[in-house]
Amino acid sequence: MKSKITEGQFVIEQWLSGKGFSPFAFQLEAWNQIQKGDSGLINAPTGCGKTFSIFLGSIIQFINDHPHDYRSRKNNGLQLLWVTPLRALAKDIGRAMEEVIAALNMSWRIGIRNGDTDTAERQKQKRNMPEVLIITPESLHLLLAQKGYPELFNCLRIVAVDEWHELLGGKRGVLVELAISRLAGIAKINNRPLSVWGISATIGNLEEAKEVLLSPIRQNGVIIRAQIDKQIEIKSIIPDEIEKYPWAGHLGIKLAEKIIPIIEASNTTLIFINTRGMTETWYQTILSIAPHLAGAIALHHGSIEQELRQWVEDALHTQKLKAVVCTASLDLGVDFRPVDTVIQVGSPKGVARFLQRAGRSGHQPGEMSRIYFLPTHSLELVEAVALKTAIEKNVIEKREPVLLAYDVLLQYLCTLAISEGFRADEMLKEIKDTHCFADMQDQEWQDVLLHITQGGTALQQYDEYRKVEIKDGIYKITNRRIAMRHRMHIGTIVSDAMLKVKLMNGKFIGVIEEWFISRLEPGSVFTLAGRNLELIGIKEMTVTVKPSSSKKSIVPSWMGGRMPLTANLGLMLRKTFDHALGKKTKEPELLALTPLFELQKSLSHIPKENELLIEHIETKDGFHVFVYPFEGRLVHEAMAALLAWRMSKILPITFSFVMNDYGFELLSDQPIPLDDSNVTELFSTENLLNDITQSVNSMEMAKRKFRDISVIGGLVFQGYPGEQKKARHLQSSASLLFKVFSDYEPNNLLLRQAYQEVFDQQMEEVRLRNTLTRIINGKIVIRFPNRLTPFCFPIKVDSMRENMSSEQLEDRVRRMQQQLL
Amino acid sequence: MTAPVLHCIRDHHFWLSPERVLYWEEEKTLILSDLHFGKTGHFRKSGIAVPQSIYQQDLQRLFHQISFFNPEKILIVGDFFHSIENKEMDFFLKWRNDLSALPMILVKGNHDILQKEWYRNASVDIVEQFQLNSFLFIHDNTGTTQSEDVFVFSGHLHPGCIIRGAGKQSLRFPCFYFTEQQAILPAFSHFSGLTIVQAKKNDHVFAIVNQSIIKIQ
Repeated sequence: MKSKITEGQFVIEQWLSGKGFSPFAFQLEAWNQIQKGDSGLINAPTGCGKTFSIFLGSIIQFINDHPHDYRSRKNNGLQLLWVTPLRALAKDIGRAMEEVIAALNMSWRIGIRNGDTDTAERQKQKRNMPEVLIITPESLHLLLAQKGYPELFNCLRIVAVDEWHELLGGKRGVLVELAISRLAGIAKINNRPLSVWGISATIGNLEEAKEVLLSPIRQNGVIIRAQIDKQIEIKSIIPDEIEKYPWAGHLGIKLAEKIIPIIEASNTTLIFINTRGMTETWYQTILSIAPHLAGAIALHHGSIEQELRQWVEDALHTQKLKAVVCTASLDLGVDFRPVDTVIQVGSPKGVARFLQRAGRSGHQPGEMSRIYFLPTHSLELVEAVALKTAIEKNVIEKREPVLLAYDVLLQYLCTLAISEGFRADEMLKEIKDTHCFADMQDQEWQDVLLHITQGGTALQQYDEYRKVEIKDGIYKITNRRIAMRHRMHIGTIVSDAMLKVKLMNGKFIGVIEEWFISRLEPGSVFTLAGRNLELIGIKEMTVTVKPSSSKKSIVPSWMGGRMPLTANLGLMLRKTFDHALGKKTKEPELLALTPLFELQKSLSHIPKENELLIEHIETKDGFHVFVYPFEGRLVHEAMAALLAWRMSKILPITFSFVMNDYGFELLSDQPIPLDDSNVTELFSTENLLNDITQSVNSMEMAKRKFRDISVIGGLVFQGYPGEQKKARHLQSSASLLFKVFSDYEPNNLLLRQAYQEVFDQQMEEVRLRNTLTRIINGKIVIRFPNRLTPFCFPIKVDSMRENMSSEQLEDRVRRMQQQLL
Repeated sequence: MTAPVLHCIRDHHFWLSPERVLYWEEEKTLILSDLHFGKTGHFRKSGIAVPQSIYQQDLQRLFHQISFFNPEKILIVGDFFHSIENKEMDFFLKWRNDLSALPMILVKGNHDILQKEWYRNASVDIVEQFQLNSFLFIHDNTGTTQSEDVFVFSGHLHPGCIIRGAGKQSLRFPCFYFTEQQAILPAFSHFSGLTIVQAKKNDHVFAIVNQSIIKIQ
């Protein structure tokens, strides 16, 4: 520590103490490191001044450099680039920063750059950059697509990445890594230092999160932790009568009445629901059982019109609402001070997410965060116990950074090709500095370059592939139409085609996934944004509707947002089952479940921590096998495919399977060959990679992954305003492209990536291997219940069904036909 | 390829090939639809890198079917070419030269937007619709009404069928689809999606499963 504080820090501390505040220890440490020009990661929850730790650090740095005229100095160029994952956050952060600037009598300007920024403002920023620019990762890439972009960053000193834990695990994190590598490249040419700071909530791999962020500037950096202890109170809402069979999703709504008193006793309550579809159902249900809350409760999810969402957020700030039914859309962002209670409906699927949501209530220092857990089926009560234990023991998930995302790289290279262009060797150095592409092989880099310049295999003389051209060693896109199309494309990291929903008078209501609406006939009634709407027609990318008074309506289900259970929570869950029906159990949740456990025990078995339960059950649908590893949906999907594949080598058999976070079901029209004699073989880790590669299912999974990849990699073109007609002949679906690449160019880079993602993320190969090892080293219990058990019901009602077959396709079709006769 | 499957319509013999073409025995005519030639080229020209070998193999498949059935003419029920001209069409022209004696009739589809001159040069007769005996050929038969005497062949839809079995299995395939009054042909091009048809009781559906034709109903 320095004995004497700098001029800048003096000014800031004076200003703070004038307001009766003193800086937190972590802020002081951040300021110190920033003044030394260091980089790092700040680990702090929302609402405790994390923004100021970096923003004020940047100001201190500026005052130190210009002690005499820091107030009057104007047009200093961009000093601080603030990357935030959410557009909605930009405005609030900007406002807070502007207040500081005004109070200090400085002449800095704070700019916001995202999809909502108008053209005039963009032009102004281009001519004359504000000192602070708040930006989303996508808009940052759009800046890199502008001619002359390096000049914008000539004076840049600090890049701050807010909510880094949110970005880290996804491809938007890769966008950030690549952008930082470019900014570092510019700083290097200018021979100026660049600091990079991240802000992250607590995750299991903070150290790695820091390394990923700082990798492009080749620094180690520091982690600064805010020591702010938070009291969390968790209460489960226990049904009066435990149903003997816990149907997935049905129990929750029955408990709706129980939350009314909670809402009434609280100041403001956030009700978190896992899927957008269920939020609509909950909103309607609450209104019908407590009509007096009309006007005091609102709905907030990602498919709702921006303006309405903004209104809800403002109303939350000003305490106009008693409750908001929401999805992960309110996970992030600024704090709503009036919120003092959170209700989590259904499993939060992970410890970190549950903690984050709990933290949305009671953020004033010293206040307690209160969260209620409302199970959607009885077994989720066990999860509540597991969550409590995990939080007590501080077991929090990691966010795994994405590796070798070639789709994002292709997009990035085209982005640079439409602005300044790039030289392959220089670019390779920068890209290999990122954590994501550090292990990229030369061959793969050549494939990437070939893809953007020659487009894979072609009939030479009859080919006119055109995208990136090489002129004097510089890779550039010169065709204006292709450049424009690419610009429209930047940042499209979305999965499904979304259609706009509008009333006949043109009023915008929200967006909806194409696959849902395509199943409806005109005249069908569905629910969106809390309203019942009748479908009139679909034209181009717009769905026209009119309000409906029909009581019956279909609630859309959205594909996104179905998170799998994390490994941590899975382990806690298995441990919790150990205590079920134990004499020492005091947990109210487990006591309430006693009748269910007793039924499970009498029909079948309750697995101990080191046991795997398998149930053979025969019904009129066919022969079922239920397996309960408690490892999350994705691992179960891979494991089901693996088992199906291995059994189908024993005899020709076709399975379909479903899975949820607890286990999976294999269903066949023939008896399933799984018993004590072969079970160890079937779960063996030998030939694991080979066997999963060969399972038909990896293709199905890769097909799903390819949806994202083909959009990001620029293969699926979603059209742009005013050019729909001309673009019509360019339309194709990701599934069709997947098919043609598989048949005609199996070695395609993006196709390979789809399979790689399946292994790394979907199948979580490492986790699958660990699970199998655990199972083999433990005990496998096979039971033959004479009817469906409490454990299997939640799986039975799940609808994610996959197929696996070892029969010839032709034979299979013939046999299916015979069965129908 | 397995042997073509015979299907009779009004005492005429039509042979269904798993390569997605029909052969009309009485008229010695090869009938196909929705070839979308030049589609890969159109995509590539716009910077979307789809493999051009799809087109190459589509052309080869057509060539094989012509040598197999040895027809006197070829009837294309629309969407012969995908979009505006590109170099891939030159590849077709080269190939067309080798078969210059074979008449080709194109019933105009919504994608057939090339200049008249181009078709003339390629020796392709382009017509709005085509009728032979009581058989009528038009590209898109949705929403049109024809007299009961005529039997209509069309394309446009890229028909497909879903086959369901026990244990909630389901599979999708391209298909030939026949009703009392009409036939809808599968898309010849392998670079094409499917529209699932809802078959009624007396309809006939032939699924194209790999290299075989399987009658579904």
